[in-house]
Amino acid sequence: MDFQSVVFYFFSTVLVLASLCVITARNPVHAALFLVLAFFSASGIWMLLRAEFLAIALVMVYVGAVMVLFLFVVMMLDINIERIRQGFWSYLPVGALIGILMVVEMSIVLGGKYFGLDAMPAPGDVEEGYSNTKELGRLLYTEYVYPFELASIVLLVAMIAAVALTLRKRKNVKVIDPAAQVAVKRDDRVRIVSMPAEKD
Amino acid sequence: MNFVIPDFYPAAAELFVAAMSFVVLLSGTFMKDARNLVYTLTQITLFGAAAITLGTMDGQVNFTFSNMYVDDLMGDFLKLVTYFSVAVVLLYARGYMRDRKIETTEYYALAIYATLGMMVMISANHLLSLYMGLEMMSLSMYGMVALQRDSVKSTEAAMKYFVLGALASGLLLYGISMIYGGTGTLELSGIAQVIYHQTGNRTVLMFGLVFVVAGLAFKLGVVPFHMWIPDVYQGAPTSVTLFIASAPKLAAFAMAMRLLVNGLFELAEQWQSMLMFLGVLSIVLGNLAAIAQTNIKRMLGYSGISHMGFMLLGLMSGVVGGDRHFALNAYSSSMFYMVAYVLMSMASFGVILLLSRAGFDAEDLDDFKGLNKRSSWFAAVMAMVMFSMAGIPFFIGFFAKFSVLQAVVAAGYLWLAILAVVMSLIGAFYYLRVVKLMYFDEPTDSTPLTATADMRVLLSMNGVAVAALGLMPQALMSLCAYALLASL
Repeated sequence: MDFQSVVFYFFSTVLVLASLCVITARNPVHAALFLVLAFFSASGIWMLLRAEFLAIALVMVYVGAVMVLFLFVVMMLDINIERIRQGFWSYLPVGALIGILMVVEMSIVLGGKYFGLDAMPAPGDVEEGYSNTKELGRLLYTEYVYPFELASIVLLVAMIAAVALTLRKRKNVKVIDPAAQVAVKRDDRVRIVSMPAEKD
Repeated sequence: MNFVIPDFYPAAAELFVAAMSFVVLLSGTFMKDARNLVYTLTQITLFGAAAITLGTMDGQVNFTFSNMYVDDLMGDFLKLVTYFSVAVVLLYARGYMRDRKIETTEYYALAIYATLGMMVMISANHLLSLYMGLEMMSLSMYGMVALQRDSVKSTEAAMKYFVLGALASGLLLYGISMIYGGTGTLELSGIAQVIYHQTGNRTVLMFGLVFVVAGLAFKLGVVPFHMWIPDVYQGAPTSVTLFIASAPKLAAFAMAMRLLVNGLFELAEQWQSMLMFLGVLSIVLGNLAAIAQTNIKRMLGYSGISHMGFMLLGLMSGVVGGDRHFALNAYSSSMFYMVAYVLMSMASFGVILLLSRAGFDAEDLDDFKGLNKRSSWFAAVMAMVMFSMAGIPFFIGFFAKFSVLQAVVAAGYLWLAILAVVMSLIGAFYYLRVVKLMYFDEPTDSTPLTATADMRVLLSMNGVAVAALGLMPQALMSLCAYALLASL
């Protein structure tokens, strides 16, 4: 076994174990941390496949941004584990049946000859100076520009929906408007009233 | 390495809608109380898009954006119906949204983006653009369902819709990845070619097909992927329910056509049997469960499930034993059914919106009691729509059912046609119950209807259309067949 295989099996083992722990861990914070570990191992495997940009993006985006945010949410929320586990045993038979069926089907299709090394050979060696990042960027902005722009609109939709659902314009809040304060004129504040002199 | 700037001309309508969406958003942000302006701009967007689609229609199949976008007659026709239905839905919804203080800029922006998503789906020739369009449409709709954020029911509906929708997207993506693994391409016409030349891997493709059909079935809302429909229909604000029950169904139909007919046509034997299973279950369960409902939105939800099942029966009778002679007839009957359903769905939810007012939602069947005494014309409109949905001659729903059944019998599934007719008869019970409540019961609520004049006029026209198209369905039917001719 050469070095690459050793690394591959190491990352794969960690990935599978970490993923298992994600769904079995009792503490949601631990589950989130195991997910971070799973992402790290997955990015290691991608690195082995020479997809260095994807590997780094996975670490930066998922581990760096998404999971940290997720961890905060999990820590902030008061998750009642007892309530989540309610009905676990009554759903187990149906869930297990469907799960086992899926695993059997998947292993027939994926484990067989269809996705072996003969059907899907490893990519050949690339020339000197080949940059995965550059190639991805070129494709993204030329051939795939249409879905790329669509993705940006999808993100915009997510933003609008998030604002629409969370922004509350509060009334009766004593906030001062600096612009209005600066722009104020004498006439707005002082009123000169002419009164007839009182004669007694 | 050579890259040519894509031809924007075929996709002009999409670009226009996207550009106008920003105008709508910004004008809503910078103007105080811009509701009227935003509403007008949204309608202008839809009419402009319709004009552009009509203007760029040339009856040919054009590809652009590296073959990710296809512009053909079927797409143009479905897009035109989509604009029309969204425009009508927004008009119906206006008073309702205003009464509940949720007629915001975001609502209109989300409606435009949902429309854009539907347009992208309708014109997709690549699994990637199809998926992006689907997500754009779905995300906008999740947001719209949750707009009434102080209502517990609405929030619950949005949550269910979101979680189940994400699951369905996951299934679809998994199927798409398998199809990619089996054929090595994501382009729908490319997939069709690979399968035709038998170079693709059948087992892997079949495995992918199952997941793709499951994802599709969720979006259409057919049994056994229908669980979200009743809850979302009931929980969402009625105006949003109306939105979900109209144009997105057309988009889901387009997605089925693109995926199954344009992409995986060689596997027709396989997906037809899956669609038959889904269709039969939907017709049976939809009609039986609708009888037990007391909430009319829920009832119409179950009725929608059965209608979608009926539509699938048309899609599954296209190829018989490798013979494709029936394909055009079968698919155009499905398309006609879909257009008819959208028309009926708009009218039925329109009447529910008409009966609602500030602080009161006409949700229960009992709210329809004695509608005849309150407004005999709108009782007549509702009665026409119910007759049409039940498939009573001579309304449009009858011809929709008739043409699908014709296709089913032509494909040799006589037992299926008989089952569908029997289930429709059972279904007629709950449609006619609404008519009975309206005409033979005493009203419990005698508040006069407070709808605006434009809504009254349009709703009347919608009801008349259901009847008039039933008297002369031939024009619309041949239009459907003609639109499909070039795309098969």
